[in-house]
Amino acid sequence: MSFTEEQITRYSRHILLPEVGGKGQKKIAQAKVFVVGAGGLGSPVALYLAAAGIGTIGLIDSDVVDLSNLQRQVLHHTPDVGRSKVQSAKEKIFLLNPDVNVETYEDRFTASNAMNYIAPYDVVIDGVDTFPAKFLINDACYFAGKPLVHGGILRFEGRVFSIVPGQSACYRCIFQQPPPPGLVPSCQEAGIIGVVAGIIGTIQATEALKLILGIGDPLTDRILDFDARKTAFREIRTKRNPRCPLCGNHPDVTELFEHEQEACQLQAPGALGIS
Amino acid sequence: MITVRIPTPLRPMTGGKSEVEGTGASIGELIEQLNAAHPGLKDRICDEQGEIRRFINVYLNEEDIRFLTGKDTPVKDGDEVSIVPAIAGGSHD
Repeated sequence: MSFTEEQITRYSRHILLPEVGGKGQKKIAQAKVFVVGAGGLGSPVALYLAAAGIGTIGLIDSDVVDLSNLQRQVLHHTPDVGRSKVQSAKEKIFLLNPDVNVETYEDRFTASNAMNYIAPYDVVIDGVDTFPAKFLINDACYFAGKPLVHGGILRFEGRVFSIVPGQSACYRCIFQQPPPPGLVPSCQEAGIIGVVAGIIGTIQATEALKLILGIGDPLTDRILDFDARKTAFREIRTKRNPRCPLCGNHPDVTELFEHEQEACQLQAPGALGIS
Repeated sequence: MITVRIPTPLRPMTGGKSEVEGTGASIGELIEQLNAAHPGLKDRICDEQGEIRRFINVYLNEEDIRFLTGKDTPVKDGDEVSIVPAIAGGSHD
């Protein structure tokens, strides 16, 4: 493939980088990234990947835009309230960069469709808000051998790390299973500073680009935690767990399944969620 | 003293503090001592058998204690222990 003059201008600040160049920009243009969730994390991921000139962005989300989403889900604008999130996303991406092919799936990501959905893609982004979905994405990427960039946000905090299946620690190496529903009160106190989704999502997009370009040190075998109150990043080293139920030496997870739990059961004590 | 970083969901038990100090010769002793100072903390970290819950990780100076000697991992003055639970979040409301 070759770039038009307009594309050379559009991507000139990438092409100027010796680590990217015309060759790297072609890798970006040929790359396919699957984003699960067109919400708080999926928004900055999709926008920056679109601006970067990613060839194909796949977006799956079964929701419609709610007014309370707009505080952080920057793909969606006020007139989009009530519309399909993936349709709203596709329009914004087209306006930003018509070079990008956007595949939309107005669907839930489930154990029965996960493998089919991710098969054509090179990198997967976790932009979902429930533990069952996070474990499902992790497991599907492991079985499909697809690199995954995990993200999570809670109140003033965020977390991000990348997983190269079979090579670096997976989500189950670190958190073997979701918190049990018993530990769990209500869903009402959690909240999120919207911009934390932007910070974590833009790091996810950065990591996806690095994986595609094969440059730098991937965010693997380390968890990056961000605390907005302190404006501090902290890195925790990790590694593959030989007893991981998925990618360890004696796995019990040998096929896809969904843990039963609703997001809102999870706002609780020991560990938990947000949105 | 050992510095212990407390994640958001456990801060109600530490009066909102994100860091507390503790003592003990091992991670297990440290958890017991923390629970004496902040009742309820142990139940959030450990299951009924007293083992660290599977969705919570404990790190000693940024190393996962699972790869050291678990709750028997020795700790000393000046160490930093982090309690890191799973967090979800990302898309919906």
